Amino acid sequence: MAKVPLDHATVDACRAAAAAIADDVQRFIDRHTTVGIERTVARSYGVTGADPEGTPLANALVDRIHKAGHAGRGVAYFLGRALLEGASSAQEAAEQLAYGGASLDVEGGPTTNECRGALELETQRAIGRIDEARRARERFKSRFPEAELPLKYVIVATGNIYDDAVQAKAARFAGADIVAVIRATAQSLLDYVPEGPTTEGYGGTYATQENFRIIRKAADEASEETGKYLAQTNYSSGLCMSEIAWMAAVERLDMLLNDAMYGILFRDINMERTFVDQYFSRRIVARSGIVINTGEDNYLTTADAVEKAHTVLASQFINEAFARRAGLSDEQMGLGHAFEIDPWLEDSFLFEVAQAQLIRQIFDKHPIKWMPPTKFKTGDVFHSHVHDAMFNLAGVMTHQSIELLGMFSEAIHTPLLMDRYLALKSAKYVFGTARHLGDEIQWKPGGIVERRAKEVLHKAHELLDQVKGDGIWDAIGGGAFGDVKRKRTGGKGHAGVAARDPEYLNPILDELEGGR
Amino acid sequence: MAKWLRAYGDREGDGMVQMTFTLAILPGDRAKEAAKRFAEAHGLKDPLVTTMEQCSQQHTYFVAYGHSAHQIDIDTIDVAELAAKPLDREQIEAMGKNLGRKIVVVGACTGSDAHTVGIDAILNYKGFAGEKGLESYKCFDAHNLGAQVENVELAERAKALGADAILVSQVITQRNCHKENAAALVDLLKKQGVRDKFLLLLGGPRIDNKLALELGYEGGFGPGTKPSTVAAFVAEEILRRARGTQVDPRR
Repeated sequence: MAKVPLDHATVDACRAAAAAIADDVQRFIDRHTTVGIERTVARSYGVTGADPEGTPLANALVDRIHKAGHAGRGVAYFLGRALLEGASSAQEAAEQLAYGGASLDVEGGPTTNECRGALELETQRAIGRIDEARRARERFKSRFPEAELPLKYVIVATGNIYDDAVQAKAARFAGADIVAVIRATAQSLLDYVPEGPTTEGYGGTYATQENFRIIRKAADEASEETGKYLAQTNYSSGLCMSEIAWMAAVERLDMLLNDAMYGILFRDINMERTFVDQYFSRRIVARSGIVINTGEDNYLTTADAVEKAHTVLASQFINEAFARRAGLSDEQMGLGHAFEIDPWLEDSFLFEVAQAQLIRQIFDKHPIKWMPPTKFKTGDVFHSHVHDAMFNLAGVMTHQSIELLGMFSEAIHTPLLMDRYLALKSAKYVFGTARHLGDEIQWKPGGIVERRAKEVLHKAHELLDQVKGDGIWDAIGGGAFGDVKRKRTGGKGHAGVAARDPEYLNPILDELEGGR
Repeated sequence: MAKWLRAYGDREGDGMVQMTFTLAILPGDRAKEAAKRFAEAHGLKDPLVTTMEQCSQQHTYFVAYGHSAHQIDIDTIDVAELAAKPLDREQIEAMGKNLGRKIVVVGACTGSDAHTVGIDAILNYKGFAGEKGLESYKCFDAHNLGAQVENVELAERAKALGADAILVSQVITQRNCHKENAAALVDLLKKQGVRDKFLLLLGGPRIDNKLALELGYEGGFGPGTKPSTVAAFVAEEILRRARGTQVDPRR
């Protein structure tokens, strides 16, 4: 196989630096919670519904507790206490606390342990829901043949969930293995998850629990009709990343876009908030068997793909380190990267292949997520289609695992039915015609590909050592990733971070951590 | 004398064009005839349906070639062409020197828009397609506020920074939100009584100069715009304003 020589000592040093970086942040994570996490805990205890204005009960409940300065006790403490005081369910307890003016006084009353005890059955039920959804997914999936790699991933983005369902089924018919419903662009900045099915959205469709169900049903039907499994993915990112992770876990999604740093860099979400949220979201993901897709590909849309290729690799080591601390297996880590070098640059294809091969070898068990060209796409759909074909070739010859197919209309509109069809047809052709190309060739020793792979790994190591020295907080402040600079206390959602009280109660997290 | 334009394939006047489309019908003789008539209805003579493939449970994808019967009289076309010609870096820097101070430019993707590729290409040092962005010029003080900036915030920052020009980028176009959002900024600035303080420019894949003028901007830049084109336009206009010379009457 066309492998590039790998300096294992440097790889080990990269992992050690990433571990130190993540450990530093983990100490902060373990002392904090967020309104997003507490809402997730409430939802997992069965708190559901919204008021007539659309504010979810989970938000009303947690906001009231946070405003009173008690988010650090954990919403579970208040729910458990209400159960001890006679509430018939967590839902009733939540309604009393959110709307009924139930006392939030934390002096006296039952102890934290008594509240934990009151929730014991509810906690088992909550975790059982995730486990049962996982088993149901695995049972259903096992009825179909394994799809060949790279998995063909396409997006639908109509804004209307019912149209999305039709498009998702059409995508399976045309050969897709994975369908993503692109989220409405501004949703990552909403500090709540909308309720119910949605039919309006700019740039995509809102992620809601009901929308997840609608697409799951369509995907299952398409799997049955075509005899091949259609996987479903969505976005566990933004201010509600852990709530969405929980919804995805119980609604049998297969994958989630989930990145330790994406929200900080590209949505200007507060750093502390994101790091704390990503941990809890990944704890849920780990339990549910969902595969995450990380977002390093985005770095190359804001920074140069030749000069800053090493920042992608460095970030993959960091994402891996965070994911390990949240209990994910390597097989659940779809680390992301992309084919974004200027296509008119001489030998750019060799640079792309070098990086793809390097990442494939370093993360050999990981279902690597390979993203198509976007930055240099123009309205010339014919040229765009050729550009995507080269991307497909690099993907198959370097054995990428999950490939988001490029669309010839990338620079024009969200994909039409025909655009997806042609993308899938082209990928099928290129994957087939070059299936074993990578196994048949060897790179010239000391040639362009080998030198490039070596250079990228070396620079990633340098960057990781530097980030380790500065700490990730300051490194992001200095623009280490994607050329984007963020301040530790800046960005959206910082007010939703709370220090954990010594009496903090979160039995769901305790269970997911399994006595870590 | 009118100059008529027809599509050109390999012989003058042949009108050759191709079109691709999907129809909600399954492949077959009737489908092929439907595609042929569909092409004819678009003014294609003797259309040839060259591809007919089922692309979903209910749809078929077609490619058709034909001779377009249509022609265009270019003398009847009135387009608000952008005044600025791309100048080279020295010419732009020289204009900045004449002004005697830096030109402050503030740019952002506004509203829910998170696609910064365009504004980054124009403003950031790195630039696009071999040309460096406004940050790289000595005569500009460029501030890229990034994605999802609300109009109110953009206006506040522009005022605080003493901006000469505001660059708005709009990529998402679903249900014309780019137009509404772009026009809302103009309204906001008018309401605040500061509209005339700024040179307002709009950019994006679905933007052209005509649309930008209609929405109340001074200029619009479509896909493929190079940083130097924007730089030249801004420098010329700000210098002209500083000298108090007459502006383009179209505005």
